[in-house]
Formats: sequence, structure tokens, C-alpha cells
Amino acid sequence: MLNVLTQPWPWYVAGALIGLTVPTLLILGNKAFGISSSLRHICAACLPGNIDFFNYDWRKEAWNLWFVGGITLGGFIAGTLLKNPEPLVIAPNTVHALRELGVRDFSSGLMPADIFNWGNLVTTTGLLFFVIGGFLVGFGTRWAGGCTSGHAIMGLSNLQWPSLVATICFMVGGIAMTHIGLPFLMRLITL
Amino acid sequence: MTTQEIDLQNTATKPDSGRGRGNWKFGLVGVFFGIVFVKAEVISWFRIQEMFRFDSFHMYGVIGTAVVVGLISLQLIKRLNIKTVQGDPITIVPKQYSKGQIYGGLIFGFGWAITGACPGPLFAQIGAGYSVVTVTLLSALAGTWVYGAIRNRLPH
Repeated sequence: MLNVLTQPWPWYVAGALIGLTVPTLLILGNKAFGISSSLRHICAACLPGNIDFFNYDWRKEAWNLWFVGGITLGGFIAGTLLKNPEPLVIAPNTVHALRELGVRDFSSGLMPADIFNWGNLVTTTGLLFFVIGGFLVGFGTRWAGGCTSGHAIMGLSNLQWPSLVATICFMVGGIAMTHIGLPFLMRLITL
Repeated sequence: MTTQEIDLQNTATKPDSGRGRGNWKFGLVGVFFGIVFVKAEVISWFRIQEMFRFDSFHMYGVIGTAVVVGLISLQLIKRLNIKTVQGDPITIVPKQYSKGQIYGGLIFGFGWAITGACPGPLFAQIGAGYSVVTVTLLSALAGTWVYGAIRNRLPH
């Protein structure tokens, strides 16, 4: 049994469980599935300033902070107790393309250790992958009014066409950055 | 769309958004969800790269299945008139269209390809031991804050 749990879970199992989060949150308390809002609530709680967008009763949305706190704890449990002992299996074409860009670590875990390590914090690598990347995620999701969970999963499940627009733009942006942006940007940094 | 409308949409005002009590349930759902994220490897930077390079079906399978299961669940909730555990009718605020879904969507897409994470996986990556991602999360908070500060000057 534990063996089944430590192996990577197939897409249809994960997809079904993620999809079931939508009715679970609604039935538990009328909560619409969405994660990027938590970033707004943290801003509202910590540094609202005199910005209208952050001056609301974030405590009413505290469930969302419990939710992301739980996700962090779940990540810890899965990354320790249920850790997959085998190296990640990555599509050969992706490995080849990423090698061309200078990535060398494909075996240490879920993330390339040559990018995601503290030693890169004050380098151009850290500037691109942590600082700029993170900023774009926070700024973009809020401007779009949601992320993969709120738009692509919750919105599409509820047949909301604005969510379809958002999801298409997420994909177009990601494809453009992967095929046009990263090859250029990664020439500017040394891994 | 006016500022007020967007605000209402984003801070879902629901009948029973109770303060404090009972919020631990959502923490528990989060734990379960975080485990799924890590075990299905959707928090992996490599899986996101495979998706945007069309080299693997995995992420399309995960998101596609989630949408189908979510859609069937919502149809059942609506047709069978299923209530919350507190006995309230289930209400879902419709998404309002704004130009932000295009501009913001593209910007988030750029960030998604760089960080290999949308907001949910950021939290799960940190939990799974990639502590440097806390920097990415702080930067995402900064991005959200700057959006809030300049949003009146952005097209919506």
C-alpha cells in the first residue's frame, strides 16, 4: 500500500482528486476554489497601506489562508513521508532542450538544483527565477483575477467564458516565455 | 467594469463566510491537496516545462481531468440542489470579464514558465523542502501589492 503511495500518482488520479476539491470547498462552506487570492489577503493583513484594494476585512477570507497553510503542510508530508525514492522521469525532448539552455541537474528531485538553491539568491539566476518570475506570477494572477485554480479549474468547471479567455492567455504566455523568452534570458545568466 | 464591481468579485462575499471557527476544515482540505500536488509532481518545474514544450501529456491530463470532474460535480450540485453542510444554498459568484484576463493572464503565463509554479504549487514547493521558493513567494506578494497600488491606472 505504502508503495503505491510513494510512487508518482498518475494524471487521472491527481486530476480527479483536484477536481473534487471544487465541490468539497463549496459543500464545506460555500467557498470558491482559488489560491492566488491568498496573496491578496496576506497583503491586506500585513501591508494594506491606504490602498483601497487591500482595505477590506481579510479575516472573513481567513479560510483561504488556512487552505494555503494546509497546502504547505501537505507538501511537507508528501516530500518526506511519501517521498518517491526514484529520480523524476522527464520527457527526453525536454531534457535535451533544457540541456541546451544550460540546465544540468535532472536527477536530484522535482526541481533543478542548479537553479533553485540559496546560492543563486543574489545572482542574475536568482533575479530571473525567483524575483522577476515570482513578481510576474503575483502581478499577473491578480490582474487576471485568478490563477490556474480559480480560472482554469473553478472557472472552466462553472462554464465561465472569461475564465476560458484567462486560461488561453496563461497558456499563450507560458508557451511564449518557454520558446522565445527563456532561450534569450538564459543566455544572459550563467548557471 | 467599475472598481467596486471587481472588488466584490474578488473578495467573494458569501452568506456564511464565518470568522475563525471551523476554518481548520479548509486547512485539512489544503493538506490533502498539497499531498496530491507533490505526489502527482505538478509542483515540478520540469513538468511545467514539459507542458509548455508539448513533450508530455501529464499536465494536460491533470488539468483536463480536474475540469471534467469539477464540471460534473457542479452540475450535480445545481441539479440536485445540494446544500452546504450548514444547510445553506450553494452560490457561486460568476466571473466578470475584464481586459485583465488578457494582460494579466499573459503576464502570469510568463511567470508560470519561469518559476514552474502557479500560486498553489509555490506553497507546496516550500513545504516539500525547496525553501528558496520562499523568495519567489515574497516576490509574488510584492507583485500582488504593486498591482493593488497601481490598478486604477491599468486597463480593466
